[in-house]
Amino acid sequence: MTEQTYAPGTHPDLPPPSDTIGLIHWLKTNLFSSPVNSVVTLVAIYLLYLALPSAFNWLFIDATYVGETRKDCAQEGACMAFIGERFNLFVYGFYPAELRWRVNLAAILLAVAGAAVLWDKIPARKHMLKFALAYPLIGAWLLSGGFGLESVGTHLFGGLMLTLTIGVTGIAFSLPLGILLALGRQSQLPIIKYFCIGFIEFIRGVPLITLLFVASTMLSYFLPPGTTFDLLLRVLIMVTLFASAYMAEVVRGGLQALPKGQLEAADSLGLNYGQAMRFIILPQALKISIPGIVNTFIGLYKDSTLVIVIGLLDPLGIGRASVADSAWLGLSTEVYLFVAVFFFISCFGMARYSLYLENKLNTGHKR
Amino acid sequence: MKLINKVLTGVALTAMTATAAQASTLEDVRAADELKCIVTTGLAGFAAPDANGRWEGFDADFCRAVAAAVLGDGDKVQFVPTTGKTRFTMLNSGEGDILFRNTTETLSRDADLKLSFLPVNFYDGQGFMVPAALGVTSASQLDGASVCIQTGTTTELNLADYFRANGMSYEPVPIETNEEGFTNYVAGRCDVYTTDASGLASTRAKFDDPTQHVVLPEIISKEPLGGAVRHGDDQWFDIGKWVVNALINAEEMGITQANAMNLAANVGNNPGINRLVGSEGNMGEMLGLDAKWAARAIAQGGNYGEIYERNVGPNTPLEIARGLNALWNQGGVLYAAPIR
Repeated sequence: MTEQTYAPGTHPDLPPPSDTIGLIHWLKTNLFSSPVNSVVTLVAIYLLYLALPSAFNWLFIDATYVGETRKDCAQEGACMAFIGERFNLFVYGFYPAELRWRVNLAAILLAVAGAAVLWDKIPARKHMLKFALAYPLIGAWLLSGGFGLESVGTHLFGGLMLTLTIGVTGIAFSLPLGILLALGRQSQLPIIKYFCIGFIEFIRGVPLITLLFVASTMLSYFLPPGTTFDLLLRVLIMVTLFASAYMAEVVRGGLQALPKGQLEAADSLGLNYGQAMRFIILPQALKISIPGIVNTFIGLYKDSTLVIVIGLLDPLGIGRASVADSAWLGLSTEVYLFVAVFFFISCFGMARYSLYLENKLNTGHKR
Repeated sequence: MKLINKVLTGVALTAMTATAAQASTLEDVRAADELKCIVTTGLAGFAAPDANGRWEGFDADFCRAVAAAVLGDGDKVQFVPTTGKTRFTMLNSGEGDILFRNTTETLSRDADLKLSFLPVNFYDGQGFMVPAALGVTSASQLDGASVCIQTGTTTELNLADYFRANGMSYEPVPIETNEEGFTNYVAGRCDVYTTDASGLASTRAKFDDPTQHVVLPEIISKEPLGGAVRHGDDQWFDIGKWVVNALINAEEMGITQANAMNLAANVGNNPGINRLVGSEGNMGEMLGLDAKWAARAIAQGGNYGEIYERNVGPNTPLEIARGLNALWNQGGVLYAAPIR
C-alpha cells in the first residue's frame, strides 16, 4: 500500500458506506425495512406478476389497432381500432368536421393563456396576462361563432372539448367568485353577510345534478315564452355557481387559519380594507388553501360528466353511446379504459401542478 | 303571509300562461327550421352515433322521417339524447318536440305524464336468455334459477308475476343497467338474463360467440314501443301519427325509398298510392303540410320494412326477426289506418 499524504483540509470525500447508497439501500429502506413490509412487498410482486403480463398482452400484443368493424378484431386482445375510429368523436363531439380548426385554435390559445396564468417565468408575462383576461371572450367567439364566423349550436359540443369548456370556465370563474363570497361571509355589513351565507348554504344543500336538471327543464317554465336561453350557457352558470359555493368555504378555511394579528398589523400600518386583503391576508390565506382549492377543481372537472342528464355528451357519454353502435358491440372495456385514462391524465396533471405551487410558495411554515 | 301567497300564485300563473301561450309546435319547428327529437343516449340498433357523430338507428330514422315530412329535409334534426329518467321531463318542458326513445306505451304515461303516444312502431316483449350449455329450451324449466333483473322497471314486475303464476321460484340478482346485466351474466353470477327481446338480441350480439347463448321462445309481457308528443297540440300529434302510419302503409303498398319521389311526380293508376305520395288529393293540406309530405318521409329512410331491415333486421348484428312487427297480412300485427 502506498501511503498518501494530504495537505490539511484537502482530504477528498470518501465514498459513503455501500449499504447507504444505491439500489440495495433503496430496497432496504423502502421495500424490505421490516418483516411485515417484506411480506407485503413479495405479495405485491406476485400479484403484479399475475396481472401485468396478461394485461400487457391484452393491450399491446394481441390487440387490434386497425379495423372497420368488431369482426376485424382479434377475440383475445383489446379492440383499439374502435377507439381509433371514434377518436374524433371523443375529442370534438358533434362539432362540424369542416369547422374543427376553430376548436384546435381555441385549444392552442387556451394553452398560451393557461401558461401565462400558471407559470410566472414566461417571457412578457404582463402582456400575456392581459391576453389571458380576454381569452374567455375569444374562446367563446371561436367555439360558438357569430360576429363573422359561422355560428355553431352548443348542442353540437361534446367529448373532450365539452369537458374542457365546462372545466376551464368553471375553474376560471369560480375562484374569484368564491373568494368574494368568502370575504362577503366575513363582512361586517349584514346584507352582504347574510346574502353570502344564504347563497353558500343553499347551493351546498342541493346536489349538482338537481341544479343541472332545474337549469335544463324548469327554467323554460319561468322565462317569457319564446325566449331561448342557450342550454350550455345555463350549464356553465350552474356549474360555476356550484363550484364557487364550495370554493368560498375552502377559502374561508384559509382565512380563518391566519392569526388575527395579521389583520391588526395591516390596520396599524394604515392599509385600507382592499390593500390589507390584497397584500397581507389573501396571499397567505390562498397559499394555505391550495390543496383544498385544487381538490374542488378536480371535483368540478369530474362532475362535468353529469351533463349527460341534460342531453350533452362528454367523453363518458360519447363512450356510452359508442358502446351501442351495432357494428362494434361488446367493447365496453376498451371504451371505459380510454375514458378513465383521459380523466386520470387531466386530474393527475392538476394534482401535480398543485404540488409544484405548494413547493414554490413554501415559506418554511409547512409541517 | 298574504303577500307571499300572492307572489307565489303570480309566479305559478305566469308559468302556466307561459306554457299555454306558446305558439303551436309546428310553427316553432318551422321557425327554428330544426326538429328537436328526443332519443336514447345509446341503444344498439335504435339510436347511437356513428364514427362521424351522425345518429343512426331505428328511432333516429323515424326522427328523420318526421323532419323530412315537416321541414323537407331529413337532416334538419337536432338529436336530444336522454336517459330513461329524464326523457319525459325533457319532452314536457319543450326541450324536445317529439320523442322516439324505445318507450313503452302505458296508461299512466299517457294520462298522468301527459303524453300522447303515436302509433306503435315496434312490438317488443320480455324474454329470457340462457347459456346454451344449460340445456334449457323453455322458460317453464327455469324453476329455482338465479335471474339478472333491472331494478325499478316493468320487467322486474313482469318477472315476479310470471314466476308466481307458474308456481316457480327464482333468485333475483338486482342490476342497474343493461351493461351491468351483461357483465354479471358473463361472469356467471346469474343463470338467466331477462329484458325486452330487442335488448336481449343486442346483448347476445355482444358475445364473441353468440351461438353459445339461446333466447327462449317465451315472451312474457307486452311492450308496445312508440313515439310520443306532449298533450295539448293535436295538430302536431296528427302529424307524428300519420308519418308513422304513412311509413307502414308505404311498405304495404310497395312504395320504397327508391321509388317514392318518382311515384309522387306522376299520377299513377292506384288511387291509394296517389293519395299517400300526394299526386292526388289534399291529404298534406289537412295536416298543415304540403302535398309531398309522405313521399319525402319515405324517400328519406325508406318505408317501415326498409328501416327495420337496415337497423335491427335479420341481416344486422342484432338479428331480430320481423315476428309481430311484420305487416298484418304477413303474419304480424302492423295494421296502419288508411290514408284517405
